[in-house]
Amino acid sequence: MNTITATESAPVTKKQTIKIGMLLLKLRTFIALFLVVVYFSIMAPNFLSMANLVIMVKHVAIYAFLAIGMTFVIVTGGIDLSVGSIVGLAGMVAGGLIYKGLHLPIFGVTIYFHLPMVIIITLFVGVLCGACSGFLIARFNVAPFIATLGLLYIARGAALLLSDGKTFPNLVGSQEIGNTGFPWLGAGTIVDVPVSIWILILLGAAAAYIAAKTPLGRHIYSVGGNERAALLSGVRVNRVKMFVYMFSGFCSAIAGLIIASQLVASHPASGEMFELTAIAAAVLGGTSLAGGRGTIGGTIIGAFVIGVLGDGMVMMGVSSFWQMVIKGLVIVAAVVVDQFQRNLQSKAALQED
Amino acid sequence: MSERTDNDVILRAEQVTKIYPGTVALNKVDFNVFRGTVNALVGENGAGKSTLTKILAGVEAPTKGALFLEGKKVRIRSFHDAVAHGIGMIHQELNLFPNLNIAENIFVAREMTRGRIHIDHKAQMAKAQKLLDRLQADIDPKAEVANLRIGQQQIVEIAKALALDTRILIMDEPTSALSTAEVEVLFKVISDLKRHGVSIIYISHRLEELLQIGDYITVLRDGNLVQAARIKDIDIPWIISNMVGEAADRKLAHTSQSTNEEVLRVENLRLPRVGGGFTLDHLTFKLNKGEILGVYGLMGAGRSELFECLMGLHTEAKGKVFLDGKDVTKGSVGDQIKMGMALIPEDRQREGLVQALSVTHNMTLSSIWKFTKIFNIQGEKLKNAVLGMIRNLSIKVPSPQVLISSLSGGNQQKVVIGKALLTSPKVLLMDEPTRGIDVGAKADVFEIMNNLAGRGIGVIFNTSELKEIIAISDRIIVMSKGKITGELNREDATEEHLVAASAVGHKSVEHTLRQQRGSAEHEYDHSN
Repeated sequence: MNTITATESAPVTKKQTIKIGMLLLKLRTFIALFLVVVYFSIMAPNFLSMANLVIMVKHVAIYAFLAIGMTFVIVTGGIDLSVGSIVGLAGMVAGGLIYKGLHLPIFGVTIYFHLPMVIIITLFVGVLCGACSGFLIARFNVAPFIATLGLLYIARGAALLLSDGKTFPNLVGSQEIGNTGFPWLGAGTIVDVPVSIWILILLGAAAAYIAAKTPLGRHIYSVGGNERAALLSGVRVNRVKMFVYMFSGFCSAIAGLIIASQLVASHPASGEMFELTAIAAAVLGGTSLAGGRGTIGGTIIGAFVIGVLGDGMVMMGVSSFWQMVIKGLVIVAAVVVDQFQRNLQSKAALQED
Repeated sequence: MSERTDNDVILRAEQVTKIYPGTVALNKVDFNVFRGTVNALVGENGAGKSTLTKILAGVEAPTKGALFLEGKKVRIRSFHDAVAHGIGMIHQELNLFPNLNIAENIFVAREMTRGRIHIDHKAQMAKAQKLLDRLQADIDPKAEVANLRIGQQQIVEIAKALALDTRILIMDEPTSALSTAEVEVLFKVISDLKRHGVSIIYISHRLEELLQIGDYITVLRDGNLVQAARIKDIDIPWIISNMVGEAADRKLAHTSQSTNEEVLRVENLRLPRVGGGFTLDHLTFKLNKGEILGVYGLMGAGRSELFECLMGLHTEAKGKVFLDGKDVTKGSVGDQIKMGMALIPEDRQREGLVQALSVTHNMTLSSIWKFTKIFNIQGEKLKNAVLGMIRNLSIKVPSPQVLISSLSGGNQQKVVIGKALLTSPKVLLMDEPTRGIDVGAKADVFEIMNNLAGRGIGVIFNTSELKEIIAISDRIIVMSKGKITGELNREDATEEHLVAASAVGHKSVEHTLRQQRGSAEHEYDHSN
């Protein structure tokens, strides 16, 4: 009610100011990114060097993969807490298949897969994890928070079980078995651009296309905006929910593969807390936790803000304790601004009342 | 107006203007609230009624103008100011907590306490009981609000307002969700409040009600005051002509376009109820192409459930449904839509629209598959379809890209209709299509229904407004407690018939209506 009364005495001439204000608010993530980049390029030498930019984008890409999947989930009004654990599990699955193969005690054999097969199996594991959450949520009406919290523990536990908590080191594969080439994902380049950035571009474009141009995308937004209305309009609500969690698992598996490849090793604890970074990136990018609102482009920019902020602070030598405080402040500020914009928008909508 | 003295005016708004960015919602409006009377406020959607009442209730502050309470200038800047001045408001959407009991709802945020910490439940219960008694409501204050009927919830809202020693009570569309019997109870309560000196500001789209309950009437149009008069000096045509201006004389003309070709047949449809019995009890009926079939019944008669069953929402339903000769009993909602069944739900905010999306997105939600090649939505084709529908239904909208929430109620309703029509339905189900929209938009909706019937679409609709259902239907089915208790052709339908048939099985109502029903059945025999 306070915000309604705030601009009570606004005369009609203020209309223009409100419009400009709305535009600035809509572009706020972009502006934030711009400010962060400008600030660090002044304060930290080498920040704008090509080498540093590439490293930063590679960091950002990891968060961006998770955040893209997370955006769809949040737009349907859900949340996926399991992405970090799936990152860990995916890395362990890929690492295990390369390092010690798939041991089948019944037949007394150990199967080693070719690299493409390893990647497909890993992605499949990610999708399967998402399908589990999706199934619990769509069929049994389990709250997304709880279902994915369960998956968070299960996937992390499974990752630890695969190696008894140890690291799979040196994942270069061996020539005789024919499963070499895994490090290429994390370190290789295509026309001088790292592979992981290419994957980000492809995945981002595909997700943006799904969101804007396909019936599935429309259905995702309608389920989050008003589930009942979507159901009555013939939207297969349960299938949509299944899809978003499966897609989120898929994105997490990609992130897990790339992390393991960059390190040329897989560690069962990798990806811890990533789910929170992914949620933060989506929210920074304007995705509403209430569902129905959010864009892939915004999320990717949000991921960049968080990633650049983190790397820039490291370069400036800010203590990691302060880094956490500052990141927290940025996220809270983003949500406050988001609410502010929402109020302004509903005021504008009142014109028709 | 000269015969009224200022003494009679308890609250007076003088030259009130409210400007929102871009529009003038109220333009120099004078409004008088007379002591101990019902002051009706009418106007089409967007006329400024809501804005005016929000100003009186302290939700919004006027841009210009002043309010006078008992002749003294007052500033009402917040809900708390309004309460301090004895002004209470009952919003159209009820603001109750379904998880709390009646007493807790009445005293929420101003609990009676001992030592400011310990809630004195006993005292609250006693006070709540007193309030309910005063409203002649036979409800236990310990009952949880979720278990009450809408009409009873309305009573709780009134009790909540009265608990604050309200002298001026604003009621926004209090009857829109009530059955005829519940409306009678509400009117009794209102007369009782009047006797106790409470002044009431009453907003309703049901004009007959205003004549029955109102004392004074004020008509707004496009933010301007059009007329103010005593109710006893005026009639419905007067109200309508003042509300809509020039376009006044649009009547509910209806010519039957029903064919003999069957499009929908329902056989023995039954929906079991939790705890035994049936919500829908062995329904059998058919619908012809181009026919408009009205379904009348009280709240809880099973009208909405019937539509939900036909749309495939209740998998537990038994029986057979044939659409165009094909068995469509077991389809999902998506299947039913593709087969040619479309539903326009009762509650457009909750069930019809996705508020966060644009007009285009909302309108094409059900029919997006028609505009899709493999994965890709064909933008141009979709845009043309939406623009065509906007033209056909004369939806007032600046651009198809605007958010649905920025449209007025009537136009939102047309978008919901457009959504259903884009699926090219053979049978259109309309659940209370005219609820909460203004006279002009109602006429539009009826015209649309007529046009659709003319194109051979079978239309089934329900409404709790007797006059409407009689005026627009080719045939009327009356439901009571899940059973079909009457089927009348247009020529035989009278209000008495419908009311009588809708009360079958309701013990308390049955008693009072027995005589009426007796005569109705007598007439019915006659006409056969």
